[in-house]
Amino acid sequence: MSEVRRNPTLPTAKPPVTPDTEEFWKAAAEGTFLGRRCGACGEAIWYPRPICPFCHSTDTRWEEFTGRGVVYSHSVVRRAGGDWKGVTPYVLAYVELEEGPRLMTNIVDCDVERVAIGDAVEVVFDDTGHGSALPRFRPVSTSKED
Amino acid sequence: MNANDAAVIIGAYEHPGRELPDKSLAQIHAEVALGAVADAGLTLDDVDGFFCGHDAPGYGGGWVTMAEYMGLRNLTYMDSTESGGASPIYHVSHAAAAIAAGKCSVALITLAGKPRTGVQPGGGGPARPEDAFEMAMFTGAGLVSTYALAAQRHMYEFGTTSEQLAEIKVAASIHASHNPNAFLQKVMTVEDVVSSPLVADPLHRADCCVVTDGGGAVVVVSREVARTLNRQPVRIMGQGEAGKLTNGGRVDLTYTPAVWSGPRAFQQAGVSVQDVDYVSVYDSFTITVLEILEDLGFCEKGQGGRFVMDGALVAPHGRLPFNTDGGGLANNHPAHRGGITKIIEAVRQLRGEANPGVQVPDCEIALVHGNGGDLGTRMRAATMILGRESA
Repeated sequence: MSEVRRNPTLPTAKPPVTPDTEEFWKAAAEGTFLGRRCGACGEAIWYPRPICPFCHSTDTRWEEFTGRGVVYSHSVVRRAGGDWKGVTPYVLAYVELEEGPRLMTNIVDCDVERVAIGDAVEVVFDDTGHGSALPRFRPVSTSKED
Repeated sequence: MNANDAAVIIGAYEHPGRELPDKSLAQIHAEVALGAVADAGLTLDDVDGFFCGHDAPGYGGGWVTMAEYMGLRNLTYMDSTESGGASPIYHVSHAAAAIAAGKCSVALITLAGKPRTGVQPGGGGPARPEDAFEMAMFTGAGLVSTYALAAQRHMYEFGTTSEQLAEIKVAASIHASHNPNAFLQKVMTVEDVVSSPLVADPLHRADCCVVTDGGGAVVVVSREVARTLNRQPVRIMGQGEAGKLTNGGRVDLTYTPAVWSGPRAFQQAGVSVQDVDYVSVYDSFTITVLEILEDLGFCEKGQGGRFVMDGALVAPHGRLPFNTDGGGLANNHPAHRGGITKIIEAVRQLRGEANPGVQVPDCEIALVHGNGGDLGTRMRAATMILGRESA
């Protein structure tokens, strides 16, 4: 179980829920990070969908992902519009999950100037207030085990 | 035999459902696609042409979204012609024309909707399945910042620098200074570019294209019509197109679909990179140009930073004169879409009608490359080789 934050620091819009993703959003609201895996070829699939984009099998199922990964790329956004205008600078990133997929997300709870490719990160959920939560990532503190 | 006889309908499938509350719109498209290819005795891996209207979730024409969703990885031809309920009847004929032209050999045409149990079609089109996971509203991703992610990764993997990216803007600004209509008239230096404000690290304001009103148009005619007109014709020697998707989450931001569209265009034209005298390369941002030049084979992957230095792109005498109108970076990027201006400047170069200071001597063969979407993902690209009659 990962933390679900009730007072996100970034805009946290309510995502459109479809039959493809209803389970994902429900689990996210409870702090569980679900991904999809293909029963035929074994690949982890992102974003979640019922058909495997690798082998076209419809034998796919939900799996709890670890929520850990590393930063694949990042950008400190210094100019933005709409709801995001007031929260600059913030970090847009792709995170590579332990399961393989790379997903677009934000790095939060960090010094925005110090985020780097390869940094270890973990998922944290930002509650939308509508029975769903957005997966974001924060640096894994390496001093924890000291 | 007419051109439509080049192709036949070999598979067909109608979804058995009439009320499908438990299926997403994208899933219904995928299920009819699977049904139709199965009926034909094929698989989705055999499909190299994909056609859909605006009933498909996507970017005002859903082929890229649905290709990602279904894992259509072998596409060489895509068509999102939208004509309401008549769309698939356009698509069948367009598919036959594409097959006759050798652009694809297995075309898939889908139509799906769920007005009983979902959102009504129309308006801006149906929501895209990837939206909640990748798009602006949920991550604050913008046009600049998604390209910035690619630039950051390119720098990390290959040591590309901001100064090297700046060389691309400098070359564009030199060209624009010869163009009285260009939005930017001042020649910029590398220092000017890297000292402009960061918009989304590592991209500066001057790494971005200009925002301009305006537009452009071209006319394509038959040889018969051309012979009746007193105007120098430009040959359409070859064209290739491709998409690069999120690939089930295996995103790689360091290359673009130009790695596929380029070879397709060169093959059809029967020429190679060494034969190209001038390039119109899509330049929404400096990094866009750098990755595309690498992907088209003008230099090795990762060497783009070195390739663009020392005035390599500056007309008329650089190694590879590019965007001699000033391009999107300094001249014009109407509707945030640089495709038409890229074609127009290539036509000018081939006719010898570019601005005198940037006209490439004996310009015989020009390459035009455009793209849409983000850099390296959700990206659509097309490469075209144009030539003089003598080419």
